[in-house]
Amino acid sequence: MTARGWVGAALVASLVLLALAGDRVGGYRFDAQDQAHALEGPSRAHWLGCDALGRDLLARLCEGGRISLVVAVGATALAVAFGLAYGALAGWVGGRLDALLMRAVDVIYALPDVLVTVLLIEALSAALAGLPDLWRRLAALSLALGFAGFVGVARLVRALVLQAREETWVEAARATGAHPARILVRHVLPNVAAPILVSAAFRIPAAILAESTLSFIGLGIQPPFSSWGTLASDGFEAMRSYPHLILFPCVAILCSLLGFHLLGEVLRERLDPRRRA
Amino acid sequence: MTRYAIGRVLAGVIVLWVVATLTFALLRFLPGGPFDKERSLPPEIMRNLERRYALDGTLLEQYGDYLARLARGDLGPSYKYVGRDVADILRDAVPVSLELGAAAFALAVAGGISLGLAAGARRDSLVDRSVALGSLVGVSAPSFVIGAGLILVFGLGLQWLPAGLWEGPLYAVLPACTLAALPMAYAAQLTRAQVVAVMEQDYVRTARALGVAEARVRRRHVLRNALLAVMTYFGPLLAILLTGSFVVERIFAVPGMGRFFVTAVTNRDYPLVLGVTLVYGALVVLANLAVDLLYAWLDPRIRVGNTEK
Repeated sequence: MTARGWVGAALVASLVLLALAGDRVGGYRFDAQDQAHALEGPSRAHWLGCDALGRDLLARLCEGGRISLVVAVGATALAVAFGLAYGALAGWVGGRLDALLMRAVDVIYALPDVLVTVLLIEALSAALAGLPDLWRRLAALSLALGFAGFVGVARLVRALVLQAREETWVEAARATGAHPARILVRHVLPNVAAPILVSAAFRIPAAILAESTLSFIGLGIQPPFSSWGTLASDGFEAMRSYPHLILFPCVAILCSLLGFHLLGEVLRERLDPRRRA
Repeated sequence: MTRYAIGRVLAGVIVLWVVATLTFALLRFLPGGPFDKERSLPPEIMRNLERRYALDGTLLEQYGDYLARLARGDLGPSYKYVGRDVADILRDAVPVSLELGAAAFALAVAGGISLGLAAGARRDSLVDRSVALGSLVGVSAPSFVIGAGLILVFGLGLQWLPAGLWEGPLYAVLPACTLAALPMAYAAQLTRAQVVAVMEQDYVRTARALGVAEARVRRRHVLRNALLAVMTYFGPLLAILLTGSFVVERIFAVPGMGRFFVTAVTNRDYPLVLGVTLVYGALVVLANLAVDLLYAWLDPRIRVGNTEK
């Protein structure tokens, strides 16, 4: 593995550990207020300082990272699962169904994705009104971002399946009388898995970015919970006087995105036979 | 070529109609209406409001009404900004967004291509490595992180440039840099990859073997062929710039149309959302059309292919 790959692995591993630990890291609860230390910069007691309500920034960052990662992984899983089923169906069945499914995808592509995501979040948040607030927001964000991502995955899977359909080994499987569904699941999909995995790996940073951007403009996680995007947004308001509040959330986001990008590159190099040779 | 262009324009109009219809439908799926307040209004006032804004018919009637008005170029009144037409609001906001977008586009194209050329010309040099690192950050960082960083350093720290508002050319520097960061990084990566690939082509080796001067090889063969591939990225690039401006305009308090979008959705200001969406859609359609025509004109292979048909 290259040096870049190791840097990526180290960044991602430490972030996942911090997110798993959540607010147990620094010894403060993420919503515990300590007015005496409000807006203070980094100190020995509060390593990264405190926000306007005196809440420990490290605890909030770890807790926020947990939320950002949950949304990113959830959105990616949904996008890949739905895109895989959709694209495989279109590519494998072909004909009219393929034309219909792909026209629908073209239409979604023509809409500005910010519009679709914003509308979906609004609609889903209302539809899921029965859930507790945090769960409702997490579900709405994951579903909306998953929907925004599924289109790309579906196109990729369809193109790969269309290509594989004409291969001689598919013909051979047909000749042995295997059921088409079995050929698709047992032969075609495993053979085209590599590029799909690579695109899934790059969807994770894309989802982190989208989630943090939505939270930054106020459409994501709501207080008292926070993701990296809401922390950055809060910090942005106060950055003139208290730059630490914007600095640390931005560094956290940047490290996670760089880490996932570098890991994605490693995966791409490893899984692409042409590059390996 | 003319027939091709006319066909593409017609296809663009159809895309816009689909976008308008889908946005109309999606908006009406959302719970709540434009006049829902914390305290509900008396029913007769509600009825009057709905009649005033033609919201009292069936959905199909309202849709037909909207399309009929749209065909006459009327985008309807805004519900939230009372007394202002959507067209009126957009007339103020669109030029600002376009100026910002144009500045960012020029920066992204010029910067990205020259950085990519510099990196690709000398593989594994210090320049190449720096460009690789910089473009990795540019591709992965969200625009609000870059914007906040630029404001901290150049706006608040060094105090060289204004950190917000829109009152002259200087005010455009930081927002345009923020908006251009992602496409510039991507264009640099793409150009570098193309230059490296073209340098290994047979025709470059042939040109060198024939004794063509290195500078001429670079200019006539490498640059031209590499740029052709990079140009295909210009269409998606414009779309990225347009949607990216939602966040950048917010960060720098730029009075463009991006800032209306999110608030218009939460206010259920249907005509304003539709108006902004249609302008964005039209810009994306026009940009893609311009890129395709430019491409056909620049690449003789495509041009010849079209006349044969």
